Amino acid sequence: MCTLEQRSNLFILTLTGNNQHRLSPTLIAAILSALRQVKSVATSGSVLITNSKGKFFSNGLDRCRVKALSRLSQMVESLRHVVAELVSFPIPTISVVQGHAAAAGFVLALSHDYMLMREDRGVLYMSEIDLGGCLPDYFTVLFRAKIGSGLARRDVVLGGRKVRGREAVEMGIVDGVWGGEERLGEAAVELAERLGARKWDGEVYQKMREGLYPELCVVLGAVTGRIQAKL
Amino acid sequence: MCTLEKRGDFFILTLTGENDDHRLSPTLIAAVLSALREARSQATRGSVLITTSQGKFFSNGFDLGWARSAATPSDAFLRLHQMVESFRPIVAELISLPMPTVAVVQGHAAAAGFGLALSHDYVFMRSDRGVLYMSEVDLGLPFPDYFSVLFRAKLGSIAARRDVLLRGTKVRGAEAVKLGIVDGAYDGEEKVKGAGMQLAEKLASRKWNGEIYKEIRKSLYPELCAILGLEVDKPALSKL
Repeated sequence: MCTLEQRSNLFILTLTGNNQHRLSPTLIAAILSALRQVKSVATSGSVLITNSKGKFFSNGLDRCRVKALSRLSQMVESLRHVVAELVSFPIPTISVVQGHAAAAGFVLALSHDYMLMREDRGVLYMSEIDLGGCLPDYFTVLFRAKIGSGLARRDVVLGGRKVRGREAVEMGIVDGVWGGEERLGEAAVELAERLGARKWDGEVYQKMREGLYPELCVVLGAVTGRIQAKL
Repeated sequence: MCTLEKRGDFFILTLTGENDDHRLSPTLIAAVLSALREARSQATRGSVLITTSQGKFFSNGFDLGWARSAATPSDAFLRLHQMVESFRPIVAELISLPMPTVAVVQGHAAAAGFGLALSHDYVFMRSDRGVLYMSEVDLGLPFPDYFSVLFRAKLGSIAARRDVLLRGTKVRGAEAVKLGIVDGAYDGEEKVKGAGMQLAEKLASRKWNGEIYKEIRKSLYPELCAILGLEVDKPALSKL
């Protein structure tokens, strides 16, 4: 399912197994639990890295096991909590996309502050248009929040484009691409160390991120309290 | 005025008259709206709309000549207002059309003509001829509310919006591509039409469900839908 590992100031969440890492109710619950665990022990200087194993980062929601539309709705709702958790996380977050990320899998990756991808393998793909399904509200708001270019959003969401590494950088979707899984992993750790060294105040970091994505916070029902800025 | 031709999967809407600047007069507006509704009624999986024009102009905007020829200045203003309000449903129709839409801008597109092109999913123009131009600032005319929202929805770059809307820049093909306003610019009318058809073929081959396509498009532009009075429906989760 998933594992959580702490390596000094780095928290590494890994989707395990060599499968498609479909976001089933169990995996979603496991991810949410891991995120809450990280939140409870994170300190100034902590960083979260989310990665996966094998050919897929995640191929989206587990549609096969779902017999009824209500179960699909349920998964969409429980994934909302994961996205909400990530958007209000008190530390920097990095997703390491070592394989294909489709639909809800792409959404999971995009919910992180930084997204790194392989240059030589894997695509980002919003399959909904091809499958004939609309996007849950928070999916679209996330894309509007995170992908600045209207043309890129149109190509990804409305055009069902399968975006490879280089293109994803050009379209402003990911922060960088690396050849091979090892180099990608190293780049993620390097970035995490640079971010961690800034020792940002968690509460401030969280509020700043929420301030960047106000529409997203509203649709996720994230609570935005007031904080007193420390001078 | 305009013709609507069905060619296989494609609906080709053409503003006609080689020597015309295709001013969006009440008559042309009504004709375009009627054609769009016709295309909508015949839409199937794989349908694509291509909108183009003939001659030196794609469209030079509202028929200000007709407005000015009114008996009094306040009547002139009313005529302009009438065109603005009757054009609104055209933008609404394009934003909620249940098929991909491609504008092939073979000549100048100014003001509402530019707005017409921009209301399409994909825009191609010529690199050797024709400009995109929001003339309002030079003419001293304010924007209708939905124009500002349309341009904010479709032009991602802050600099592009300022140059186009506030500075009245006449944008040629190559620059329009750089500013992210159009998807491509091609040398010559044949090439730009060819590019439009080629993209249309690729889009048609995906055989998308028109109702889903329409809802996903609307969800990309919520502010525009709101100002056009288009309801963004509750998403239907895909069939299992």
